[in-house]
Amino acid sequence: MVYKQRLDGRKDDELRPIEAKAGVIPNATGSASFKIGKTWALAAVYGPRELFPKFLQNPKEGVLRCHYGMMPFSGSGERVRPGSNRRAQEIAMVIGKALEPVVDLSAFPNSVVDVYIDLPQTDAGTRCAGLSAASMALADAGIPMKDMVSSVAVGKVDNRIVADLDYREEHIEEFNPESEGASVSDIPVAVIHNTGEVVLLQMDGKISKIELVTALRLAQKVTEKIYLEQKRALLERFPRE
Amino acid sequence: MISNKETIVALAAQQKRLDQRGLLEYRKPIVIETDISWTAEGSARVQIGSTVVLAGVKLSIEKPYNDTPDEGGITVNVELLPLSSPKYESGPPGMAAIELARVVDRGIREAKAIDVKKLCITPGEKAWFVIIDVVTVNDAGNLFDAAGLAALAALNSARFPMVNKETGVIDYKHKTTTPLPLVKQPLPLTVYKINGQLMVDLSTNEEIAYDARLTVASDKDGTISALQKGGSEPLTVEEIDAMMTIALEKARFLREELQKQLK
Repeated sequence: MVYKQRLDGRKDDELRPIEAKAGVIPNATGSASFKIGKTWALAAVYGPRELFPKFLQNPKEGVLRCHYGMMPFSGSGERVRPGSNRRAQEIAMVIGKALEPVVDLSAFPNSVVDVYIDLPQTDAGTRCAGLSAASMALADAGIPMKDMVSSVAVGKVDNRIVADLDYREEHIEEFNPESEGASVSDIPVAVIHNTGEVVLLQMDGKISKIELVTALRLAQKVTEKIYLEQKRALLERFPRE
Repeated sequence: MISNKETIVALAAQQKRLDQRGLLEYRKPIVIETDISWTAEGSARVQIGSTVVLAGVKLSIEKPYNDTPDEGGITVNVELLPLSSPKYESGPPGMAAIELARVVDRGIREAKAIDVKKLCITPGEKAWFVIIDVVTVNDAGNLFDAAGLAALAALNSARFPMVNKETGVIDYKHKTTTPLPLVKQPLPLTVYKINGQLMVDLSTNEEIAYDARLTVASDKDGTISALQKGGSEPLTVEEIDAMMTIALEKARFLREELQKQLK
C-alpha cells in the first residue's frame, strides 16, 4: 500500500511539460496560453474599460473581474454544460483574489479589467493553469503589476508529497491497484515570485501540519519553474532591444 | 485601421476592400488542425485569417426520441466566448450564437451527414447522441464559415469511446478506432452583399456594413442542404442565383483545404 513510483514516472518535484505563449488572442488587450501536461488554459484580458452597471464602479481604483469556464468538451468524462456554476464562480473568485495583490489598478478609477479563462482540455490543475495564464495575460496587456503569480497544485498521494498531480494521481485508487485505500490530498497553490508569498491556497483531503508545510515549500520551489516559463514566453513576445 | 461603414460601402462600389483583398478572396492563413483536445471524442481548431474557433464532439448514450426509436441524434451548440471579443458578454447564448448554431446544425442534419440509424444501439432504449460544441477564441469575422468548417473537421476526427460491455457505461478515457457514420461532408459558405457587390469572408470591420448575406450549406457534389438569408436588405432572385454560384465554388475551395489538412 505504498506509492513507490509516480504513475507517469515523474520525480516528486517534476512538473509535466509546460508550453506557455503570450499574445494568442489578437482581439484581447492581453492574452496567454498555458499548457501543462494535458491541461490547457487560455486567458484573455479586456480593459481597463468602463464598468457597467455604474454602481459597481470604484472611484478610487479599477476593479479586477475574473471569469473561469471549462469548454463543453474539456472534461475527461461527460460533456460539461456550458454556462456558469458554483464551482466555476468559486474558482474565478479565488483566482481574482490571488491576482489582486500583484495588480495595481489605482490609475484606472471607475474601470474594470476583465480576465476570461477558458479551458479547451483538462487533466487536473485547471485553476492553477488558468491562474498562471491569467497572470501572463495581465502582463501582456500592460496592466501595472508588482510581480508575476505562478501557480501549481502540490499534494500528498498516499505516502508521497508530489508536485503537479494529474487526473490519474488525483484518483490513484482507480488507476493504481497497489494504492487501494490510499488517500490523496490536492493542494492548489499560487505564489508571488519575488517574495514567495502564497496568494492562493486550497486543500481537499487529509494532511498533517508538517506535511502541509513540506508541500508548501515544494510549491515555492516548483512554481519557480512555472515563473521561468511565463517569463520566457513574455520575453518572446516582447524581445529586449 | 480606419474602418467606418461609409468607407467600406464606398470601397465596395469600386470593387475594393479595406485590406486590399479581392471580393471573392479568403483571408490567409486557413489552418485546420484536428485532435486539439484529448477530452473530446473529436475536435478541431480552425483559423481563417485571425478568426479562430475550436470545435469539440462529445458522444453520449441516451434513450432515443419516441418518434424515432431506432435513431440517435445530433446537436450543435455555439458559445461566443467573451474571451474572444470585447463585444461578447457572459450569460446565456444570444441571438447571434443561436442562429450560428442553428445554421451549422441544419447544414449537417438536413444533408443527413450522419447516418443516425447507425447510432442506434438498442431500438427504443439506447442510441448514441452527438453533441458538437463550437467555441470562439478570436472573433475577427465570418464565424459562419469558420464554425461550419470546424464542426465538420471535428466530426471527421471523432472516434467512439469504449463502452463497458457489462455495465453499458461509457469509458471516456479510452477511444476505439471506429469513426462516426459520416456519410456526407456538408460545408456552409456565406456570401455577403455590400453596396450591390457580392463578397466572401468578411472581417469584423466589414461585418458592420453588409446589407444582406446568404449562407449555403453544400456537399461535395454540390447538393445544397441548408440556406439562411440574413441582413436587413432584400435580395433579388438574380442575386441569390449569383450568390449560390459563388457559395458552391468557394465551398469547393474550403473543402480542398480541409482535405489537404485533414490527416
